[in-house]
Amino acid sequence: MTVKVIIPTALRQFAGKRESVEFDARTVGEALDSLTGHYQELRKHLYADDGRLRSFVNVYVNDEDIRYLAKDRTTVKDGDTISIIPSIAGGCLSLTQGPDHPMARLAKESNHGNHAGRSTRST
Amino acid sequence: MLALSAAEGCPPDHSMALKLIGELSARIRAHAAGAYPQECCGALLGRDGDSAREILELLPLPNQHGASPRNRFTIRPEDFRRAEATARERGLDLVGWYHSHPDHPALPSEFDRQHAWPWYSYVIVAVEKGASAALASWRLSDDRMRFTPELVENGAKAAVPSWEL
Repeated sequence: MTVKVIIPTALRQFAGKRESVEFDARTVGEALDSLTGHYQELRKHLYADDGRLRSFVNVYVNDEDIRYLAKDRTTVKDGDTISIIPSIAGGCLSLTQGPDHPMARLAKESNHGNHAGRSTRST
Repeated sequence: MLALSAAEGCPPDHSMALKLIGELSARIRAHAAGAYPQECCGALLGRDGDSAREILELLPLPNQHGASPRNRFTIRPEDFRRAEATARERGLDLVGWYHSHPDHPALPSEFDRQHAWPWYSYVIVAVEKGASAALASWRLSDDRMRFTPELVENGAKAAVPSWEL
């Protein structure tokens, strides 16, 4: 079964700058094993130390999240597309620096040319 | 302890300039101010060049953090896929993300670091009492240990027309 694995832009630097790679595989796990065997730098970004997929990594087969299928034992068929989708999240809650923190000054220094267009709250 | 401390004393990396083309900086600020007191978020679409990364389009996205949208943001996988598909349709790449820090500086938090990915540009805009303030961009090191600030520049208006979803 030849399946295509689509690699997100952030991880392409660890995969020979490829946007996608095709492998012969019967399951999602086999395809990802082939991928990380071929591009070993990818492994640490996809898997935690215990060998499980990182919680911030989503894997889809076509339009289905494998968490709701059979996870890495999800079977694939010829022509299927496996997508690696990083979770994107963040937020300021754990911020501990104040405006006088050295990183605040760095932010200001990196802020050239962005003073125009300052906007106020719109409702 | 905040892992950001590893980057203290480092100047913005001029080899990693981020150009916000046209009115994009103002649009990020407007989105952030409009979402206050909640955090806003969105995707940055553009091209990654040898000397600079150009952002040509924004894709504002819903903040799906249901419990704590004032100090957290979450982008759903389906919105991620939509952003990548939109970038491909436009002949661009999904090169980063933006979000706001209501009443906090434009500095990545430890929570930001734990959830960030290398290579992407992470633009953060501070919002102070409803008005946008400092805007900065950061990149996570490949070992995920620290953020480095990018030099942010405003570029000339792009040939690509502005659009919204």
